[in-house]
Amino acid sequence: MASNRARSTRSLQHRRVGDSPAIKWLLIGIAIAVTTGLLIMPLVVIFTEALSSGWSTFADNLLDQYTLHAIGLTLFVAALTVPLNLVFGVALAWLVTRFRFPGRKLLITLIDIPFAVSPVVAGLLYLLLYGRNGWIGNWLADYDIQLMFSWPGIVMVTVFVTCPFVARELIPLMQQQGSEEEEAGVVLGASGWRIFRTITLPNIKWALIYGVVLTNARAVGEFGAVSVVAGNIRGQTNTLPLHVELLYQDYNVVGAFTSASLLAGIAVFTLAAKGFVEWRQARTVIRLQAQETV
Amino acid sequence: MSTANQASAAKSQRWPLTKGRSKRVLPGFGLSLGISLFFISLVLLLPLTGLVIEVSAMSLSEFWFVITDPRVVASYKVTALAALAASLFNGAFGLLLAWVLVRYEFPGKRLIDAVVDLPFALPTAVAGITLATLFAANGWYGQFLTKLGIEVAFTPVGIVVAMVFTSLPFVVRTVQPVLEELAPEDEEAAVSLGASDAHVFRRVIFPALWPALVTGVALSFTRSLGEFGAVIFIAGNMPYISEVTSLMIFIRLQEYDYAAASAIASVILLASLVLLFAITVWQARYLKRLEGR
Amino acid sequence: MQRKLKGLVTGLALSASLFAPAAVSADRELLNSSYDVARELFAAYNVHFNEYWKEKTGDSVEVSQSHAGSSKQAQSIIQGLKADVVTFNQVTDIDILHTRGNLIPENWAERLPNNSSPYYSTMAFLVRKGNPKNIQNWDDLIKEDVALVMPNPKTSGNGRYTYLAALGYAQDSFGGDQQKIDAFLRDFLGQVKVFDSGGRGATTTFIEREIGDVLLTFESEVLNLVDRYDNGEYEVVTPKVSFLAEFPVTWIDEYVKQNGTEDLAKAYLEHLYSEDAQRLLAGFHYRVHNDTVKKETSDRFPDVKLMSIDAIAGNWENATEEHFASGGKLDQLQRRK
Repeated sequence: MASNRARSTRSLQHRRVGDSPAIKWLLIGIAIAVTTGLLIMPLVVIFTEALSSGWSTFADNLLDQYTLHAIGLTLFVAALTVPLNLVFGVALAWLVTRFRFPGRKLLITLIDIPFAVSPVVAGLLYLLLYGRNGWIGNWLADYDIQLMFSWPGIVMVTVFVTCPFVARELIPLMQQQGSEEEEAGVVLGASGWRIFRTITLPNIKWALIYGVVLTNARAVGEFGAVSVVAGNIRGQTNTLPLHVELLYQDYNVVGAFTSASLLAGIAVFTLAAKGFVEWRQARTVIRLQAQETV
Repeated sequence: MSTANQASAAKSQRWPLTKGRSKRVLPGFGLSLGISLFFISLVLLLPLTGLVIEVSAMSLSEFWFVITDPRVVASYKVTALAALAASLFNGAFGLLLAWVLVRYEFPGKRLIDAVVDLPFALPTAVAGITLATLFAANGWYGQFLTKLGIEVAFTPVGIVVAMVFTSLPFVVRTVQPVLEELAPEDEEAAVSLGASDAHVFRRVIFPALWPALVTGVALSFTRSLGEFGAVIFIAGNMPYISEVTSLMIFIRLQEYDYAAASAIASVILLASLVLLFAITVWQARYLKRLEGR
Repeated sequence: MQRKLKGLVTGLALSASLFAPAAVSADRELLNSSYDVARELFAAYNVHFNEYWKEKTGDSVEVSQSHAGSSKQAQSIIQGLKADVVTFNQVTDIDILHTRGNLIPENWAERLPNNSSPYYSTMAFLVRKGNPKNIQNWDDLIKEDVALVMPNPKTSGNGRYTYLAALGYAQDSFGGDQQKIDAFLRDFLGQVKVFDSGGRGATTTFIEREIGDVLLTFESEVLNLVDRYDNGEYEVVTPKVSFLAEFPVTWIDEYVKQNGTEDLAKAYLEHLYSEDAQRLLAGFHYRVHNDTVKKETSDRFPDVKLMSIDAIAGNWENATEEHFASGGKLDQLQRRK
């Protein structure tokens, strides 16, 4: 973003494509109109519907026993999912950007599987494997372990659905940054962990945070896959997105949009956090550039 | 992010690229390989075996019969066409949006930039309910569109709208960084030589952008192929007209036909994976070519 | 790092405690897996049953509810959802628990009176104020300018019943003329504007989104809607001929043994036949078997020629195979001409 500003001062001196005011404002107009219509209005609708019966109904809906439980469960699932995917994402990004080995490209494609699999199918896959008739589920049942239709199942499919995000954020960045600094660390005799902590981590910090924020947003919002393995038991395995559907089916449209507004709130928070992260990143870059010129 | 990339690009110019030289200098190969393979096997590949087992229990002719059922074939067409329309729209609009966000300053720019990621952050089911509410005949948009004789909710157009929404960020976010890093010299030179904007855009800017654009459109397309949550609420689900393939999988499940569901799922999965792999390979080739230049 | 870890642990503990309290504090627990339009019904019945059971044994009962399309519910149970009792809206979805899951005996339907169906309903129409398209019976639905909304027979029991009701009407009016029957069904399906994936989705489409002239669904649901929107926005039309939609219930032998709830599960279902419970069911607009309650509520439930599955298709297995399986009659009728 900082560089945008740098560029625009630059364009004061040199004319570039699309600088004529007519084109510029036409394009900006289209961008604002479509973005507002397609992205901002849905947000507005959610909050309008949620508050359509006033604040006290909103509060009542929010403090409903089952809604609170759904919130708790959703946060719990996210709290387990995010660290797992964090470790995986960092390990995978380190692997594919710092080493060359056969099968590397295949590995990068493999982590995109969750993007390619429809969430309903993802849920089905887990059910076929870990359900009572699945070959692992069958075996686990002998030890009286049940994963599906309880929180472990929800966590498992959520991990599946959200596992690409951290790696996807890190890989391009780490590829661009190259490994010179880390290699210098090796030459100086630092331990692997120390290199990672003092050299890599500061470099990828913000991308990492963004990846986590995205993972979290998706983990909180997953519907299709979770709905297959959750069993829909109100007050037990009902996550917030499932709760939205349940209330919607109950003709409690206001209640449904109340829960939806919580999810939308999390989404807005995600976007704000992302904005903040980018702003911090830009600042770091400016500082770096300043240091370099000195 | 892209700004950080720029800084690092600047850095790597000062220290020439060391790729290739540093094969296994860095520590952690075993550990990261171990974690990655363990995780990929357990979380991604193991569940896929379930699919393979179900599908392999079918004979080839059964498999063929299931995946070429006329209603399923119609759903492929609906899904692919809608995904194509959505990703092309996103290609055009995403390019425009990326351009506006990179090149211009205007009030509200930060807001627009932030809100582009909303579809990633908002649960798809919530998106589906909300879009259906907006576009229904009595909704905020629906009432105007109905007067114009345009029906969106519960028609194939509704599917496109839902897909556009859920996959919008892909193009913007792949094109934006490339556009930011585009060196201004060629462009400025061409403009100062008196070439028209359109000409410069076509000859100088677009060639640099199109790999990113294609990648974005392809990602957007893949995402749209599998979309279920948002589509199902707004599609109308008419056989042969507005049934998407995800719904056909869902229907087979309701019929307790796991094998058929898995077979249809495997078709979509394979198509998506081939597409994604093609992009990865193509990108790598393209980058290599750039480096060689 | 240490502090972050601490924060994480507290956060986890906090969220865990948030979702712990819903773990019940009653003496006995039961899980009822049910179809998706039965939420209000069982919410009320569970309170009623808890009182009854407490009076009888001194123990309180907490019944957890799981609601979704009943095919989905049956699949979850086969894959290990340990429900004690099922209260479904489709006989086939209970049959599958025997054939696929081997969780209940084959003769489950004989274990309780009336084919294990404590209440029943039929298919009816909901039309908009003043019945502008003048819908009276099934043949009015295929008039050119009538748009129908119904759940998808492929994904919903509700939709399957509606299809069978239309089939029953056609058989009743055209005798054995298969061509006329098929033509009617084809026209009928052609008038459907939206096939929602479930019953409630169809209702939302019709009411909230104001799409279509006629909503086809259970009589119970239709009456319930008219109650809910008592401003005269909607009117009920009960066709002269319709389908006998049974709502079968049973306990899952395998799971009640594991859960130690056999006595409770049986009592829960048997009590549905008591006069009080039947009155409660009738209050939710279901037709019931108890004679006293029947008399009390006769004004709400007009006489309809109810055709059973046996009359229309022989039995459920036939109906599924002939009409709903992939490549079956339904698929053929919906094929583009």
